[in-house]
Amino acid sequence: MKILTEHINTPGIETFEVYRKKGGYTAVEKAIKTMSPEAVVEEVKKSGVRGRGGAGFPMGMKWSFLAKPEGVPRYLVCNADESEPGTFKDHYLMKNLPHLLIEGMIISSYALGANKSFIYVRGELMYVIRILEKAIEEAKAAGFLGKNILGSGYDLELVVHPGGGAYICGEETALLESLEGKRGNPRNKPPFPAVKGLYQCPTVVNNVESIATTSWIINNGGEAYATYGIGKSTGTKLISASGHINNPGVYEINLGLSCDEFLNSDEYCGGVRKGHTLKAVVAGGSSVPIVPGHLFLKTANGEDRLMSYESLSDGGFATGTMLGSGGFIVFDETACIVRNTWNFARFYEHESCGQCSPCREGTGWMQKVLNRIEHGKGSMHDIDLLVDISKKIEGNTICPLGDAAAWPVASAIRHFRDEFEWHIKHPIEATKPGAVYMKESVLA
Amino acid sequence: MIELTNTIAFTPERLAIAKEMIARYPEGKQKSALMPIMHLAQEQFAWMSQDVMDYVASLLNISPVEVYEVATFYTMFHLEPVGKHVIEYCRTGPCVLMGGEEVYAHLTQKLGIKKGQTTSDGMFTLKEVECLAACGWGPCFQIREKYYMNLTNDKVDDIIRELSR
Repeated sequence: MKILTEHINTPGIETFEVYRKKGGYTAVEKAIKTMSPEAVVEEVKKSGVRGRGGAGFPMGMKWSFLAKPEGVPRYLVCNADESEPGTFKDHYLMKNLPHLLIEGMIISSYALGANKSFIYVRGELMYVIRILEKAIEEAKAAGFLGKNILGSGYDLELVVHPGGGAYICGEETALLESLEGKRGNPRNKPPFPAVKGLYQCPTVVNNVESIATTSWIINNGGEAYATYGIGKSTGTKLISASGHINNPGVYEINLGLSCDEFLNSDEYCGGVRKGHTLKAVVAGGSSVPIVPGHLFLKTANGEDRLMSYESLSDGGFATGTMLGSGGFIVFDETACIVRNTWNFARFYEHESCGQCSPCREGTGWMQKVLNRIEHGKGSMHDIDLLVDISKKIEGNTICPLGDAAAWPVASAIRHFRDEFEWHIKHPIEATKPGAVYMKESVLA
Repeated sequence: MIELTNTIAFTPERLAIAKEMIARYPEGKQKSALMPIMHLAQEQFAWMSQDVMDYVASLLNISPVEVYEVATFYTMFHLEPVGKHVIEYCRTGPCVLMGGEEVYAHLTQKLGIKKGQTTSDGMFTLKEVECLAACGWGPCFQIREKYYMNLTNDKVDDIIRELSR
């Protein structure tokens, strides 16, 4: 089922005219002319759609937490700061289907009673910002934005706001700080943004893909949406696939698709690149635990693993992982897990905002220790040291960046400890260009 | 307002855009326009010298330190002079899997510079950046608003040749 991307290959779909011809903005008409804001929230609740930025929190429930004090403006902020390594689905969606996001923003803002809403886009995507701004102009000219939309008396203004290059601003409270013109330091919660968010007013922050689902949900009903997917993983999900596969790209899948089919079918990833073997998978963006290929394809109980929130996390962190943001990265036997773990650790060290000591110091320590192991200067003690540092970061920081930094390191050691040991025992061999430790049992 | 002792100022067109940017945000929340205006400033002045940051502060009626702290937090703002083309090369995992390190080595060799440096003719500055959200099209780099994707050594040669003209 293609809920978001049905028309993505239609020429001119980025223009208002073509998008409208394909049924675009009918959901705005339906919502604003025939439904109360509460009824829109109700449909989104029924759909069961979960936050597509990575956390997977039910969107309708998040909306229902929004405080509504008299005389205080409420805000909707779209999180388009997509920065999690491996994730490029929102980039793809916004550049190809800008009006799908604009339409979703109108519906969602109406549901929440917001009259000014923001789309916070990572600054690197300035060309996408220009595409969105053009789409907003077009929608405004057609009467779908601005004062008195479709004669309903409802006013809405959309502002596209550029970030400045900081992964941390994908965390919702850091994003709000950033939107206020400050450094992106996450805030302590509570108060939650639903009570005190942007400019200390009640605010909802939702991911691009989450907001984009609302047009279909309004057109077809929340119950219809919930018929797709599996269990509590309703609907479809965009998965951005990269790494050692034949067909990298963005795919819209029904949640519950088997992992084997997603990886190996020509409709999706097309299998591990020709002549190579599956070694490991990061299923939901760099933060989620890396798992060996066999544990990606099957759970520890030998059941087929599915692309859903529940199935991917089956087995907990011991043998499972997470769906996360849908940033799907595949590693074949030529990939060095130690080098990749060091690369990710360096990323988190660079992106830590520096506010909490466990994260500020710990990400740097992990990076340094991994650096010396990768470069043939590690000792056996370093492996346990890394596990120890990761445990002391996890859960001890204001925002989840600390956890996000700890999990890739802890999981790499959990599943590929012998590869770290090999680097330490064979420093000369391990530091040769392209050297990779081979162990047949980890290959699927 | 800050007394300006130099000639840093937006062109009339950019000044109009800056004023429109400020007006986008609610009354009394003009500081929100800081990053949009900093991007606009970097577009005109190439890098965020202290004079440029002071000018931005004066436009928003905020203290200069509020601009400095933002400029030093976010990676997109250049705090030192840069060459005509700033190459922002992705060094993160997924691009590395696609041969990002090999292409990077080729690029540094071709330009004869390391990260953070500018070629002697002032044409290119090389910066290493983190994930650009283009992992399926890696290796990649960005120059201003343009993404260059699926890079190979040959493609890098072509791009550098084209931009050197």
